[in-house]
Amino acid sequence: MLKVSNTEEIVFTPELITKFNEIVARYPEGKQKSALLPILHLAQAEYGWVSTPVMDKVAEFLDLKPIEVYEVATFYTMFFLKPQGKYVLEVCRTGPCCLVGAEKIMKYIEQKLEVKEGEVTPDGLFSWRGVECLAACGMGPVLQIGPEYTFYENLTEAKVDELIDGLRLKTAEKAQII
Amino acid sequence: MGRKLLLENINVPGINTFDVYRQKGGYRAVEKVLKGMSPEDVVEEVKKSGLRGRGGAGFPTGMKWSFLAKPEGKPRYLVCNGDESEPGTFKDRYLMTYIPHLLIEGMIVSSFALGANTSYIYVRGEMMPQIRILEKAIAEARNAGFLGKNILGSGYDLELYVQPGGGAYICGEETALIESLEGKRGNPRIKPPFPAISGLYNCPTVVNNVESIAATVPIINDGGDEYAKLGIGRSTGTKLISASGNLNKPGVYEIELGVPVEEFIYSDEYCGGIANGKRLKAVVAGGSSVPILPANLILKTLNGENRLMSYESLADGGFASGTMLGSGGFVAFDEDQCIVRNTWNYARFYHHESCGQCSPCREGTGWMEKVLHRLEYGHGKLSDIDLLVDVSKKIEGNTICPLGDAAAWPVASAIRHFRDEFEWHVSRPEEAMDRNYGLAHYADPLPKPEAVAAN
Amino acid sequence: MSDKVKVTIDGISIDVEPGTSILNAARQIGGDIVPPAMCYYSKLQGSGGKCRTCLVKVSKGSEKDPRPMPKLVASCRTTVMDGMEVQNITSPEVVEARKGVVELLLINHPLDCPICDQAGECHLQDLSYEHGSEATRYEFDRRTFDKIDIGDKIQLHMTRCILCYRCVFTADQITDNRVHGILGRGDAAEISTYIEKAVDNDFSGNVIDVCPVGALTDKTFRFKNRVWFTKPVDAHRDCPKCSGKVALWYKGEDVIRVTARKDVYGEVEEFICNDCRFEHKKTSDWVIEGPRKISPHSVISANHYERLTPPSVVRKNPALLESNKEQFERVTKL
Repeated sequence: MLKVSNTEEIVFTPELITKFNEIVARYPEGKQKSALLPILHLAQAEYGWVSTPVMDKVAEFLDLKPIEVYEVATFYTMFFLKPQGKYVLEVCRTGPCCLVGAEKIMKYIEQKLEVKEGEVTPDGLFSWRGVECLAACGMGPVLQIGPEYTFYENLTEAKVDELIDGLRLKTAEKAQII
Repeated sequence: MGRKLLLENINVPGINTFDVYRQKGGYRAVEKVLKGMSPEDVVEEVKKSGLRGRGGAGFPTGMKWSFLAKPEGKPRYLVCNGDESEPGTFKDRYLMTYIPHLLIEGMIVSSFALGANTSYIYVRGEMMPQIRILEKAIAEARNAGFLGKNILGSGYDLELYVQPGGGAYICGEETALIESLEGKRGNPRIKPPFPAISGLYNCPTVVNNVESIAATVPIINDGGDEYAKLGIGRSTGTKLISASGNLNKPGVYEIELGVPVEEFIYSDEYCGGIANGKRLKAVVAGGSSVPILPANLILKTLNGENRLMSYESLADGGFASGTMLGSGGFVAFDEDQCIVRNTWNYARFYHHESCGQCSPCREGTGWMEKVLHRLEYGHGKLSDIDLLVDVSKKIEGNTICPLGDAAAWPVASAIRHFRDEFEWHVSRPEEAMDRNYGLAHYADPLPKPEAVAAN
Repeated sequence: MSDKVKVTIDGISIDVEPGTSILNAARQIGGDIVPPAMCYYSKLQGSGGKCRTCLVKVSKGSEKDPRPMPKLVASCRTTVMDGMEVQNITSPEVVEARKGVVELLLINHPLDCPICDQAGECHLQDLSYEHGSEATRYEFDRRTFDKIDIGDKIQLHMTRCILCYRCVFTADQITDNRVHGILGRGDAAEISTYIEKAVDNDFSGNVIDVCPVGALTDKTFRFKNRVWFTKPVDAHRDCPKCSGKVALWYKGEDVIRVTARKDVYGEVEEFICNDCRFEHKKTSDWVIEGPRKISPHSVISANHYERLTPPSVVRKNPALLESNKEQFERVTKL
């Protein structure tokens, strides 16, 4: 149960609205609710998570009751209902990946980031969580990072180091340029 | 080398692009159906091919197509099920990544056969890269005149869209997928009515797996009869097998149905044996839902015959000593793997993925997970083992959709075949935390059929 | 009518309209062979199929296709075919499956009947009494939820919910604005408004009546009394919003609760508005019709209209006085 603390006014950019409209056009007249999942993905990519004001705005755009959007957003695991790190490392925790060491990789990530599953690092850069089968069992252990769900396979501790250090460096470099 | 139909050109550089795919004979099937076949002809070819649904259920695709209602004035839909989420299965990801045009071509052929003018490819949201690949492929096909209005001057129109899921295994169930495509929670519908009568937007709809749709391309190119010559018995054609776990060469393999399981595991053409020189303990042959079998039973049937990679041979012996081909998710366990831990892991998966709509699955999956967790972590009781079997029976067959069965089977089968390992976790909890039970007798030569029957 | 179809349930045949569900055919027969229904509600479109308590065995599909159905089916959502034969209480398989469903429905139920306002008219209570076992095999913490305030009239007690979806259908079909729904997934799914919001419109109170358990109860009746100490009386008033036909629940001379009138399957006869339900709790607001017939098996029928010296509310009303006399004579005759 969330108390509405985040009451900021959400305004979708014209670019986003154009994309939304393109999506709605894929479905027959009056079936715009079909656009809900793709639009929530876009909204999450834009804002990092789907807050209540974002969902309300999506509901308004698609002419739905807000509760219809909440029902859907809470059903699917890909939608974040609270703020996350800039990079969310989602590690597959299901059987086949565990046969080849996914549990160790998750422990290693926990150690390296020094935050528990679901928590955000103090610098706001990372959070991580175990997710169910990502359908890449032959390349396990695997992890993905949204919003484009870039895939990292055959993970080892060294590869995790490389990935996390690389992302840290990238952010630091960007900060310098600015 | 076995014959390849889907992955024949998979190693051709640039096969993911329209131009190269076309040079290699791609979109011939579209030309063939649009220029000289009626939709009924196409359905007939697919029926003749004996193609069975590659998503897991193995229902004959041609028959499914022929059930589609064709009321006047209502559109019909083809929806491709790319929600691949069954643990152990990753063939559709492979196909969509490396040879997306095969799926697009199959969609055009199948949509034409069903009289659909708008079709959707529902891909799980986590496969965003594959969604981008497909969107690009669709744009290429459209530019080349294979999609849109009046395709190749035939008068046939088709629009094709990719729809992302949101992270829910249950959306692989066809009616849950339809609900999800309608922008709702992925709750499976109560059947009847079946999608063939009332599916997407209450219109007649066919939902087919990615691989099934792709398989229509070689079926049209070579003819259904040619396709049916491949394979064995009622398991016709080729099948993509996703091989994972403790194998030397995990990956996606296209096999002609009927390859012996032993050959599939140990030959260099396929998985190249068990990794790190270890021995095989168990196999889940068709995705996490199907019963797990110990090494001896997966290699040979109770009658001592070689088990083959086919719908019938894997099912030989029923659930007592057999399993299912399912979606072709082949997971191999080496001697160091713990069956109890794996069963708990699978139970957690189904608990996490239950939609929560019907009570046996919503409550039962969580209960099983908790009991298995307790067993794995050394707090179990001997009675827990029978309790698990009983709870699995209370779920199996009593739910709205097959997820209940899918959650019950792995637990029931693990206890059926590995009961002593479960008991060991109870009787030696401290030891079980330190080491694994090992191979025990699971790779032993088969017991005589009578002996098993007496158990 | 010749186009009726014949269905046989536990050996009893009946001709019903085509399109009738097995459950409704069984209700037309009546008696013990009627499967229990926790989620199906005949007045709510799309309801049913979820709780699985009404599972039955179809031993013969139809005259045309006599093959039995491979699995047990939800009788509320399976249409009868001509010549169909169904087994409910005559099938050990069905009885066993139902027992399983009841056990599963109960593993996470708080069993707080002693402090639950629904006790006495709770379908889960009846169901467990008939099909459950006295002990549980579940040894883990039961699921709990954070308490959610959905307004000053309706109390939501999510831990008791069995996710029948009836209240969601009610809000969709009876009210003009649904603000609550099913959130989350699997066994974490819950009835909620997501953000703190009152479920409040002219017909929202009906979610209380359709709830088979004590998940949604009347806040104005909360902890006031046990239902079996109260006396239901049919009454009506001219209401601009609804039919105005209600049941008043008396304690002494006070109306302490107003509900819709429920039939023998616990379904309301007509939905009523919040005005009638929450705002009219004086006898003078209503025209009293007479005592509400309660099944003699119900705990509510205990200690009712069978006293030599009836409570004052009965004494003051000729209709109630008459029926008290009737009932008293019937009881004392035995």
